[in-house]
Amino acid sequence: MKITLPELCVVALIGVSGSGKSTFARKHFKSTEVISSDFCRALVSDDENNQAATNDAFDVLYYIAGKRLEAGKLTVIDATNVQDDARKPILNLGKEYNCLSAAIVLDVPEKVCVERNAARADRDFGPHVIPRQRQQLRKTLKQLKREGFRYIYILDSEEKIEAVTIERQPLWNNLKHEHGPFDIIGDVHGCFDELLELVTTLGYTATRSDKAEYGFEVTAPEQRKAFFVGDLVDRGPNTPDVLRLVMSMVKANVGLCVPGNHDIKLMRKLKGSDVRITHGLAESLEQLERETPEFKKEIVEWIDKLISHYVLDDGKLVVAHAGMKEKFQGRGSGRVRDFALFGETTGETDEYGLPVRYHWANDYRGDAMVVYGHTPVVEPEWVNRTICIDTGCVFGGKLTALKYPERELVSVPAHKIYYESVKPFLPETEPGQEIQKQNVDDDVLDLDDVIGKRVVQTRLGRTVMIREENAIAALEVMSRFAVNPKWIVYLPPTMSPSETSKQPGLLEHPTEGLNYFLQQGVAKVVCEEKHMGSRAVVIVGKDENAIAKRFGITKEGSGICYTRTGRRFFDDPKLEAELIDDVTRSITKADLWDEFKTDWFVLDCELMPWSAKAQELIKFQYAAVGAAARTSLHSALEALGKAETRGLDITALKNRFASREASVKLYTDSYQRYCWSVNNISDYKLAPFHIMASEGKVHINENHQWHMEKIAKIAEQSDGLIISTAHKIIDLTDPESVAEATAWWTELTEKGGEGMVIKPFDFVASGTRGFVQPAVKCRGREYLRIIYGPEYDNEEYLERLRRRGLAAKRSLAGREFALGVEALERFVRHEPLYRVHECVFGVLALESEPVDPRL
Amino acid sequence: MLLTISTTHAPATDLGYLLYKNPSQVQSFELSFGNVHIFYPEANDEKCTVAMLLDVDPVSLVRGKKDGNSDGSLDQYVNDRPYVASSFVSVAIAQVFGSALSGKSKERPELVDKPLPLVATVSVIPCRAGEDYLRNLFEPLGYEVTVEQPELDDKFPEWGNSKYFALTISKVCVLRDLLNHLYVLLPVLDNDKHYYVGEAEVSKLLLHGEGWLSTHPKREDITKKYLKHRYSLVRQITEKLAIEEVNEDADETAKVQAKEEESIERTISLNERRIGTVVSVLKQSNAYRVVDLGCGGGKLLRALLDENEFHQIVGVDVSHRALEIAHERLYLDRLPERKRERIKLMQGSLTYKDARIAGFDAATLIEVIEHLDEPRLSALEKVVFKFAKPKVVIVTTPNVEYNVTFENLPAGKFRHGDHRFEWTRAEFEEWGNRIATTYGYAVRYLPVGDEHPEYGAPTQMGVFRV
Repeated sequence: MKITLPELCVVALIGVSGSGKSTFARKHFKSTEVISSDFCRALVSDDENNQAATNDAFDVLYYIAGKRLEAGKLTVIDATNVQDDARKPILNLGKEYNCLSAAIVLDVPEKVCVERNAARADRDFGPHVIPRQRQQLRKTLKQLKREGFRYIYILDSEEKIEAVTIERQPLWNNLKHEHGPFDIIGDVHGCFDELLELVTTLGYTATRSDKAEYGFEVTAPEQRKAFFVGDLVDRGPNTPDVLRLVMSMVKANVGLCVPGNHDIKLMRKLKGSDVRITHGLAESLEQLERETPEFKKEIVEWIDKLISHYVLDDGKLVVAHAGMKEKFQGRGSGRVRDFALFGETTGETDEYGLPVRYHWANDYRGDAMVVYGHTPVVEPEWVNRTICIDTGCVFGGKLTALKYPERELVSVPAHKIYYESVKPFLPETEPGQEIQKQNVDDDVLDLDDVIGKRVVQTRLGRTVMIREENAIAALEVMSRFAVNPKWIVYLPPTMSPSETSKQPGLLEHPTEGLNYFLQQGVAKVVCEEKHMGSRAVVIVGKDENAIAKRFGITKEGSGICYTRTGRRFFDDPKLEAELIDDVTRSITKADLWDEFKTDWFVLDCELMPWSAKAQELIKFQYAAVGAAARTSLHSALEALGKAETRGLDITALKNRFASREASVKLYTDSYQRYCWSVNNISDYKLAPFHIMASEGKVHINENHQWHMEKIAKIAEQSDGLIISTAHKIIDLTDPESVAEATAWWTELTEKGGEGMVIKPFDFVASGTRGFVQPAVKCRGREYLRIIYGPEYDNEEYLERLRRRGLAAKRSLAGREFALGVEALERFVRHEPLYRVHECVFGVLALESEPVDPRL
Repeated sequence: MLLTISTTHAPATDLGYLLYKNPSQVQSFELSFGNVHIFYPEANDEKCTVAMLLDVDPVSLVRGKKDGNSDGSLDQYVNDRPYVASSFVSVAIAQVFGSALSGKSKERPELVDKPLPLVATVSVIPCRAGEDYLRNLFEPLGYEVTVEQPELDDKFPEWGNSKYFALTISKVCVLRDLLNHLYVLLPVLDNDKHYYVGEAEVSKLLLHGEGWLSTHPKREDITKKYLKHRYSLVRQITEKLAIEEVNEDADETAKVQAKEEESIERTISLNERRIGTVVSVLKQSNAYRVVDLGCGGGKLLRALLDENEFHQIVGVDVSHRALEIAHERLYLDRLPERKRERIKLMQGSLTYKDARIAGFDAATLIEVIEHLDEPRLSALEKVVFKFAKPKVVIVTTPNVEYNVTFENLPAGKFRHGDHRFEWTRAEFEEWGNRIATTYGYAVRYLPVGDEHPEYGAPTQMGVFRV
């Protein structure tokens, strides 16, 4: 005998003790698919026959079963299940997780069970148990169907049990093997003319033909299929022809269709149910009156067979009339069907007496794209990977198709208003400011999208894990200090220094940095002068409207400058506005808006002076240490001097302190070099070094020379605020070129410069050993006093400082780089804010990892 | 860092006997943090000065002595430790002048208990609290105190003076007392003690503070600071994130700011009145399931916990550290079970919507909104009024008009360093009315604290009801 089970269902094995349930389960199911009450008794009490543990055991059993069903895994409950109150929780599990319930009854003679139990030493229950269970089982057989099991198999002999094979059947809604391409068409509502026009535009041909079963001969362009989201009928002028065409397309296998609430209601009416003739049903009925009873019958049968939603293309696409939330996708139950037809409502009604819809799409976090209709919108817009393509054709809007996988929208305008909407369909548009729907809904991020342990997949190939405690730290910083999260589409990565130099008096030198790239298989690098300021991300829009449109930010100006932790750089809004203005003006003058076909840019920059942002740090740490050291060493030397005059043998000690004093002087010079007072914007210098992104593009496919050239164009137009960065392109296989780089570093650092940054010539380089650092810094000897302390270059200390490990820092730089780029790529692809935010939040969280801060 | 002790007792060189250190020699000792050199810049019958010169190894401070990367410590190499008087000095005193500290002298036993004219200088001592604080530590003990305060940077005179002082104290007293005073008081000024503070430190404090600490007017402060506790890991992490912009010890800053606000508002014990009013409003609204948003250290939570009718209390704060403090202050680990199960603390943010805070009878935002940048209020509004949607929302915030009556608050300054704005009554009501209209609440405004005829009450409260 062949038993058919849906691929996802909860199966109750039913049979008295000793009927062979566990053996049966082992034979037909994976061991992980079967949860037995005996096993759970053992889990909670170490004894699988401990009846006292039964209640706890079943708690565990239902809990595990629930987790499995939630994850979409077929689950078999191996317990006697002979009483209806034992089966009820199983049916409830099925209902809760929207999957079907199946019952397989093993009805073997009492004698066999008794014998089997007798053979087992641990089954020493009394003789009355089996007969009682048998009695309950007999009662069971009659009521399984009434209880709600959809699949019932009764195996009433050992032979039958032995002969069983089980076949698993895909769910009706599972079309994962259908990969498209599709043209998904919104609510038609009897607008036949527009439908014909649309499918013709899409490349289909439809010719009326008496030979065709439903009246049309249809062909499709190159393997495409039209996919209707339902509500073909009602309200509009020609429901019968719409049905004819769609039914023909489905019949010819160039169409798919899910039912809409109107279609179902019409079917019920035609079947004779008593439904209220409202919302345009009258029009359909009136039009159908002229049709033959046979055609009406065909309509009924056709609609009746429609599946309420489909999961397609390996699970990447879901189509349903009113949408489908993640946990219902691919499930089958009355509740799922209702959701597909009506969506979710809050239970309230609005001022027009219409049910208030719950915007499930705002909460949607699934990976599958969901395409649906049902609710008329003026323009289809993406919200969290969902899109509503009902553009209200019958109300005078348009009929829209979404091409999948292209994500292109094609529409034809309605020829007229066929039906007045109860609620004004076309909202009064606010002129000037267009904010995308996604942005409006993104106003508030959800805590669930950032806290806890998280794993972020990035296109650059790294899977980045964010640990919970780091997320805790990032949440505080993000909440208390960061700017509006809509601005933060990028956070720059940290940068590792070169390996440690062994040359006397030095901790870093270009030799190691250049060698790193050579050894990674990168032959060409760019060396850029390292500016000593603060890292800044600058976002500029052509004007405020560009920012409103693309970033969904209003009344916050036409750009921003924020730090690497997402804080606003300037406390003074006027200064910030001046900086943004200068950048915008320079871009305009350099004519880059047109060249890039964009009205916004994200720039990765260094902003000088260091003291502008780090004023407090400099005063309270750097200058303070200098003051303390000066005073302290001065009095020490004074005392040592006096002691020396007394003739004490103290010269060595005195010399040592004199040299310490000299180091402190160098240290003070060093930090002072990066400090100047700022009163207005002309006192600042902005050095952009990457044009990170503009409309439609993240510019990581362009090499650094390209970035430097484009930025030079902007800098040329600036009133002195924007500066370009000195750089050299170095061929690592040419010793002369390498010597040039080294000489340049020496020159830069001797003048007090911070040093240089070495980057692979290509923005993203992959070397012989995989991921290559996007940049490595080589800092100058004097600069490092600010990092390692005034006296670090004393050989005695240096020797110990050289023992520093770079692995953690490099790994961090790699992960942060991947996350930063991922954030921008998601933003450029118009993904929802939470998807972008997840990445930048990750960068911030990673920054709280304990890594030697001096690297 | 240099400590000198001089005497003009005749013969002054007796100082050498008291300290067990020969004035004609230079002696060096190796201690855990580096070397200590003892020498005498002057030594004659009229005047004798001993110098204790600390030569702190800056690398071992960060890395530990021998192994390369010992504890992944987040301390900076750019650190004043090698140059200033710190708890290291106490360690050095105990180890190098141990006998003198406990009042022993083999050669000059008669001098041990004899008051001598003594002058001590400390080359650099950090004291963020300022000169007065320094004086208040030493003057009550009878010292004549002179201080000098070096400037931060001569190239940038506008940066002002440093928080360091060159200290000279003089008094006729026994040497042992001077050493004990220095032993206890120098670490008090040290914000970052270098060693773990455990039980042993308590007995050390009792030993060296014997006879004088119990009557010192600053004894509580001295004890607290001497026994400074270590950071928790989470706090270190959070600080590290903020390090780019904020250098000062975040916890310390927060404490100082809170103190400032408290002291500004102290005269009217505003905080208690605020909490009292909130509790009254909650009771009057029959709101017994309450979520306190931005609960901080848990002052309101404690008041709610004391009243049994509040049967579900949730404290939410974005600062993990604040929650740790609240956890301690509310003795959550020691509460009876029935009481414990009424309260829960969790980290959350007011700019992220959070299903866990939905559906309460009431939410309280007590002195919270002003800690958010004004543009971010739009997120808070939605998180609270649109998504969490409690039946009652109580919001309190300072009334900026009242600030002019605070004598110790400079004009134009906010009451708390982290306040991003402070509103007039009109501004608050404009905001409140808009919120009420947008999200379907009715709002009432209550003054908290004594009303000034012109400037109103110090705190303003908005009570929103569905």
